[in-house]
Parts: sequence; C-alpha cells; structure tokens
Amino acid sequence: MATLSPPRRVLSVRRHLWVVLSLERELDCRQSRPPISLQGSEAEDRVKRDGGVSDSECRPDSGVPEVPVATDDTPEVLNKALSGLSSRWKNWWVRGILTLAMISFFFFIIYLGPMVLMMIVSIKCFHEIITIGYSVYHSYHLPWFRTLSWYFLLCVNYFFYGETVTDYFFTLVQREEPLRILSKYHRFISFTLYLTGFCMFVLSLVKKHYRLQFYMFGWTHVTLLIVVTQSHLIIHNLFEGMIWFIVPISCVICNDIMAYMFGFFFGRTPLIKLSPKKTWEGFIGGFFSTVVFGILLSYVMSGYRYFVCPVEFNNDSNSFTVDCEPSELFQLQDYTLPSVLQSITGWSTVKLFPFQIHSIALSAFASIMGPFGGFFASGFKRAFKIKDFANTIPGHGGIMDRFDCQYLMATFVNVYIASFIRGPNPTKVIQQLLALRPDQQLHIYNSLKAHLTERGLLATQEEAA
Amino acid sequence: PLNLSHAQRHKRPSTTLYLLCAYAHSCVWSPQEADGQDRLGLHGEGEADMEGECKAHTPDMPPGDGNTPQCLNRALEGLSSRWKNWWIRGILSLTMITGFFLIIYLGPLMLIFVVMSIQIKCFQEIITIGYRVYHSYELPWFRTLSWYFLICVNYFFYGETVADYFGALVRREEPLQFLVRYHRFISFTLYLAGFCMFVLSLVKKHYRLQFYMFAWTHVTLLIVVTQSHLVIQNLFEGMIWFIVPISTVICNDIMAYLFGFFFGRTPLIKLSPKKTWEGFIGGFFSTVVFSFLFAYLLSQYQYFVCPVEYNSETNRFTVECEPSDLFVMQEYTLPATAQNLLRWKTVNLYPFQIHSIALSTFASLIGPFGGFFASGFKRAFKIKDFADTIPGHGGIMDRFDCQYLMATFVHVYIASFIRGPNPSKVLQQLLALQPEQQLSIFNTLRNHLREKGMLPPAVGLKV
Repeated sequence: MATLSPPRRVLSVRRHLWVVLSLERELDCRQSRPPISLQGSEAEDRVKRDGGVSDSECRPDSGVPEVPVATDDTPEVLNKALSGLSSRWKNWWVRGILTLAMISFFFFIIYLGPMVLMMIVSIKCFHEIITIGYSVYHSYHLPWFRTLSWYFLLCVNYFFYGETVTDYFFTLVQREEPLRILSKYHRFISFTLYLTGFCMFVLSLVKKHYRLQFYMFGWTHVTLLIVVTQSHLIIHNLFEGMIWFIVPISCVICNDIMAYMFGFFFGRTPLIKLSPKKTWEGFIGGFFSTVVFGILLSYVMSGYRYFVCPVEFNNDSNSFTVDCEPSELFQLQDYTLPSVLQSITGWSTVKLFPFQIHSIALSAFASIMGPFGGFFASGFKRAFKIKDFANTIPGHGGIMDRFDCQYLMATFVNVYIASFIRGPNPTKVIQQLLALRPDQQLHIYNSLKAHLTERGLLATQEEAA
Repeated sequence: PLNLSHAQRHKRPSTTLYLLCAYAHSCVWSPQEADGQDRLGLHGEGEADMEGECKAHTPDMPPGDGNTPQCLNRALEGLSSRWKNWWIRGILSLTMITGFFLIIYLGPLMLIFVVMSIQIKCFQEIITIGYRVYHSYELPWFRTLSWYFLICVNYFFYGETVADYFGALVRREEPLQFLVRYHRFISFTLYLAGFCMFVLSLVKKHYRLQFYMFAWTHVTLLIVVTQSHLVIQNLFEGMIWFIVPISTVICNDIMAYLFGFFFGRTPLIKLSPKKTWEGFIGGFFSTVVFSFLFAYLLSQYQYFVCPVEYNSETNRFTVECEPSDLFVMQEYTLPATAQNLLRWKTVNLYPFQIHSIALSTFASLIGPFGGFFASGFKRAFKIKDFADTIPGHGGIMDRFDCQYLMATFVHVYIASFIRGPNPSKVLQQLLALQPEQQLSIFNTLRNHLREKGMLPPAVGLKV
C-alpha cells in the first residue's frame, strides 16, 4: 500500500498522467476509426454515430480516460467456414449461428436445472461490469480493491441464497444442526460479514486514491444492486414453477429478435435518438408478435407438470421434485368471447389456460419496458465509450449484452406474482408460527379455529379445546 | 439544458490543469487538517492558495463560522478564536441534546416526523455535493429525478410499515385497502416511471455525467433511506430501542473527544489524525458504563419500554403494555471473582442492560468506522463539511455519520436475538391462505400445542 516514498510516488503519478494525456490527445476530436472487428450490422451504425461526434464531446470528462476498443474474437473454425462470404453476411451468419447455439444451450440448461445457470450468469455479469469500472478509472492496481469487490459479491450472495434456502428447504435445514444455527442467526451472520468488508474498505483507504476508492466502492454497490438482486428474484420466480422463469425470458428474447426482424424489413421511423437503429415499426411489430408468441408458448407449456409445478425439495428422497396437482391457473377453462370476436371467428367460447391471460401482461411488459433496459445499457456504453461489455460471446459481446433487456423483467415478474397470483407461502407461515411464544400460538390457534368453524371446514369434534 | 456557448465551454480549465491541481493538492494536504473534532480551529493555510487555481473540481465550501448567529458572536467576542469555537460547539451541542429530549417527550409521531425530515435533509446534502463535484447542477431533469426517486423509495418503505403496524386502520378504509394490497406493484410502477424518465432524458453530450448522478442518487438512497427506515422500525419496537443506541453513539463521540483532548497521545489511524488510541479506549469504557446506567434508568418507564401501537378507537398512538421479560428485574448471581470484589452475592439487573452492553460495544468499536468513512469521503471530494446547517458542527450528515451502521445493527440484533415474528402479521397471512392450507396448518399447530402441553391431549378417535 503506502510503501513508496513521496518522490517516487509523484513520479509514478506523472507517468500515469502522461498515459492519460496521450490517450486524451489521441481521442480528442479525431474521427472515430472503425472498430477492429465489424460484428454485426450494429457496428456500422456505431461508426456512423461516433463519426458525428462534435469537439466538445471529444474531450472526455476530467480524469476519466476511455476504455480500449474490443478486438475480434471469432473462433477460427467459424472464420474458415465463412471465409467466402462478404463481410456483412458473414457477420449475419456468425450472429445467427451463435444465437441458435445459445438458445439450444438455454434449453439444455433448463433440462439440467436452471439455478446453476443463474449463478454463473450473475457472477459473469458482475465480473464484466467491475472490469469496465477498472478500465474506466485505471484502478486495476488499487490496493485490495479486487479482493473487496469479490468479497462483497460473496457476502450479498450468501445473504440472498441463505434466505432462499431457509425458505424453501425448511425441513432439510431443521434436520442438520449446523444448518439450523446458520439459518437462525442468518441475518446477523450476513451483517457481520458485510461489516468486515466495510471495515476493510475503510482501513484500505490510501491517501492519494481516496476519490478513486470511493468511486469503486459506489460502482461495486450499484452493480451488486442491479445484478445480484435481479438474479435472486429470478431464482425466486423459478421456485414458483419453471414456467415463470421460461416464459418471461423467452418473451424478452423473442421481442429482441422480432423487433430486429420487423425493423430490418419494414423499418423507417427512428424510435429514439439514443439507439438510431431502433424503429417504430420494429417496436410495434415486435410488440404484437411477442404477445402472440407468449400466448402460444404458455399454451404449450401449461400442459406439462414439469414446468407448472413449484419446485420442491423432497426430504425423503433428498432431491428436487416437480410433481403436484396443477393449480387453477393451469387448468383449461371456458371463456366466453366478446361479441366482436365471436362474429369474426365464429366461436362462442374458447378454451384457455388462465395463465395465458397473465402471459399477455408479461409479454406486454417485455415489449414495452424491456427496450428501456436496452436503451439504458446503450447509454451506459456510450457514456463510457465502450462497444460491448466484454467479448465472451463472439458476435454478441458479453453476457451483459444479452441480458440487458432482462433487467427489469425479473423484478416485474416477481412483483406480479406477489401482487396478483400467489398468497403467502404456507411453509413459511408454519415456520413463523412455531417461532412464536406458546401463549401467542394459543391465541392464534383459537382465532384460526373460530375462523375455520365459521367457514364450515371444521366439524364440531368431541374434544373441545 | 446546458446552453453554454462555445467560448464559455473552452474557458473552463482543461483536464491537465485539473489533474495537476488535484495531485498537487493531495500531496501537500497537511496532516493537521481539520478532521472531525476541531473543524473551525484548524483551517489549513495551504488550502487557500490552491483553491484559487483549482476551481474546476474543488467545490469551495465557506468556513463554518460565517453562520454563527449574531447574538452568540457578540456574547463571545472577548475570547480568543480557539476558545470561542469551543464555546460555540459546546452551546450548540447542549442545544441539540435538549432538543432531542424535548422531541422524545412529544411522542412517537413527532419522532417519526423528525426522522423523516433528517433523512430528507441528509439526502439533499449528499446530492448537493454530487452536483458540485460533477458540475451537474444544470443537467436537464436531474434535480426532479433525484427527488422523485426519493419519494418513490420512501413511499415503498413507509407503505410497508403502515401496512404492518396499522392493520386495523387500514382494514377500515376502502382506498387504503386497495393501496395496501397492491402496494408492491404500485411502488414498482412508480419506480419504473422514474427509470423511463431517466432513459428518455439522456442527452448526447452528458451521458457519463447523467449515469454518475444516477448512481450517486441510488447509493445515497441506499444509505440514507434504508437507515432511516430501520430507525423507525426500531422505534416501533419500543422507544428505548431508539433512544439508547443514538445516545450511546453521541456519548461515544463526546467521550472519545474528551479523553483524546486530555490524554491523547498515540494516533489511531492515518485517515483521521486527530483520533487517538487513548480516546478510543477511554470512550469505549465510558460508553459501556453510560449505556448500562442509562438503560437502567429508562427500563423502568412503560413509556419507553412498550411497543408503539396504534389504537384504532382513539385514533392515537398508545404506549401501554405489560413490560416483556426483558424489562423485568431479575436476579443474577455474580461470578466468584466479582463476588470477592464487591461482596454482593447477587445483583438485580434488567436483562436489557446486558443487551445494552452489546449495543454500546458495537457503537464504540464500529461506530468510529462510520466516522472514518465520512472523513474519507470528505477528503476524497475535498470538502470540509457536508453543509452549513448547524453552526460549529457542519451539516446534519456530519452529526449522523457515526449512526450509519448503528441503526442496521440494532435492527439485525432485534430480529436475531430478541423478537420473534409479529403475531398479528402471522395471523393475517394465515387468513390469506387457501382453506386446505389453513386446515393443514391448523392440524400441525394443534399437534404442536398438544406436545407442548398447552392443549389437552386428544381423546378418542383422531380426526
């Protein structure tokens, strides 16, 4: 940490300064050169946009130089296979192949169990955003900071997953002694872990780098807020039933693809200055096709128990089971069509799963609000002058690029379920009941008995309490 | 929107000059720079010269004593500058402490109101610093958006609190019922509207600034609003859970300062050169003793000890109840060593006093880290105080910086060690379940109570 004597420190600062200045001079008002790899038609319009930069934007904000441009990362095999085609179509094919690969991978993971997927994705997203922070602030060599970022990620993940495990694996937890103690004092332990990280941060503050360190601290926390809470909510939705995980994500992906297609074939009126390639035709076309897709997909999926039942942990077999009596939401019901539709289609009633009605709400949200998540990420990339979050997926950029539209979707689905679908979780209620004091339990017992007797669910029994 | 002319834009000092200034400034930052303890006395001389050239990024906060009321100035004009500041700080400290007790006397509703106003003021102070640091005061929409997010998050948190604690009132009024049932959805929609407004307000030249301010706002909300919300939750457990932690932190501040002033020798941490180990340890022991005695004093009164409840008939807050085990005097057998020392066999204590030792230990050991964090923050952004609200002390945030973690700690402590779940909330959830689920829970509960002997055992056939 503070081991350099002052003169040497100033020298390294000066060297630092020189690097910054030379980067700045290079960047200052030059015509933006095309990025090294043209990855998809989006890159072309990025060139067009950046080319129009005026001189006042050329000067970056004080003290914050730009991130070097991403390089071409397409694997050799694909390059060889597509060497004949022109550059534009080659990129189209690369993107297409990778898209198909990702979708198949997605279904494969669904078959295996999505929790692992979510954990890996969230860790990778966190890593990508933090790396951008390092590049933006040249803070890669800040003492302790890499350790601290990962430590905070671990803490917050521990807290959230601990809560989930306590909720859903209640009986397993009660059986094992160490797990029981961990879950009883879970909040206290998580808080202590976080505090340790906080104290380490304060102790690691170095005289010359206060502002940088605070920036990175803030950056880490905002990233945690976005990435970890979203992934946690996705897991919550998953436990409600895999359909609540699959349908929202598929709707967002479908909206992406459909809006792109409609924009490609019919696009004319630009939608927003932030993303010049988006068009109103793409937006509206994407909206309607996503709604239709959502209805059809939920029709297909509602028939299978594997997707519809809440994931539960069976204590006897020590494994996850998805076996249950499907709730009302997933049973075919007759709906009378309004007269307008009756005259068009000639049917008087139609059989639908109630879930399909909900899926209309989900896909409407995905089409209307999902793009805002995309604009947010575009603005972020413009602000920090990066083309992609990372280079993990050739043709598509980093993991964050694929998941940017999903930001708000997971939260929306979770809030939707909590508000309109699900009541409280019975296991959780029992848990809380058993934690009360005996006199409170007795009081609740009597109230519940009165309530159930009123409802006629309890026959009058011989033993009156 | 920023309408600076071309010439005006290029009049600002270039990046190079800023960087040179910043590095030079931090190199000559004198170790005697005012810290948390003696702000007015030691206004660094070197600072004034640097400030002139480095206007670009160094917000220029005027010194605090410009804000002292005229009457105080006149009364103290005979004294030397150092003692004058000592007196100003002392008088203001006493005023604040008296104000604190007065508000407690006025009741829980007033306390909630005060906590909310403090929260709003802290938020405003931090956001103002952000504007100055980034010169983003004229960013389109941004002031509106920051306040809008503050209102959203507050609405979410206070809505949850109201739904929990004022269940009876809520069930009476029809519009409140609707708001409570769909509370999360409504809050989320409000937040989304703010998010969309932010995205739509992105202006080509100012993307980075706008993202910085967005993040700044969110981190501030995370710190300020969650803390104040937890303070209110603690308050509802019983005013003692609000008063004792806050008094402990204040006492630690004062005691550490006094011990440091009279006995201070070994510096504690490079970040705050005025803090000493003697002050730290002396503050620790005196705080533990203080809170022990203070807890004893407060545990006797129902007004402090009982959970705050809302009486639906009289439409007021009531603090009346049977004190829980925690606040009933119990006899403890002293360990043998203490017995030899004091020649008492047993001692009468409230169990709460044992808990207060834990609280005061936390306040003395970890509380200062909150203060170091705030000092580091002020050094990082080269400001002397958060604001000038209180003469002699700086802004509201300066007074509350050590409380950051205390409120969260008390809340987590209560949740883990003291309180079980809230029975009325559990009943509420029970009544919201499906009938079959209710039946199965009923049977489980009945068996459990039978095992415990609270219910007579089953006679005859099992149902």
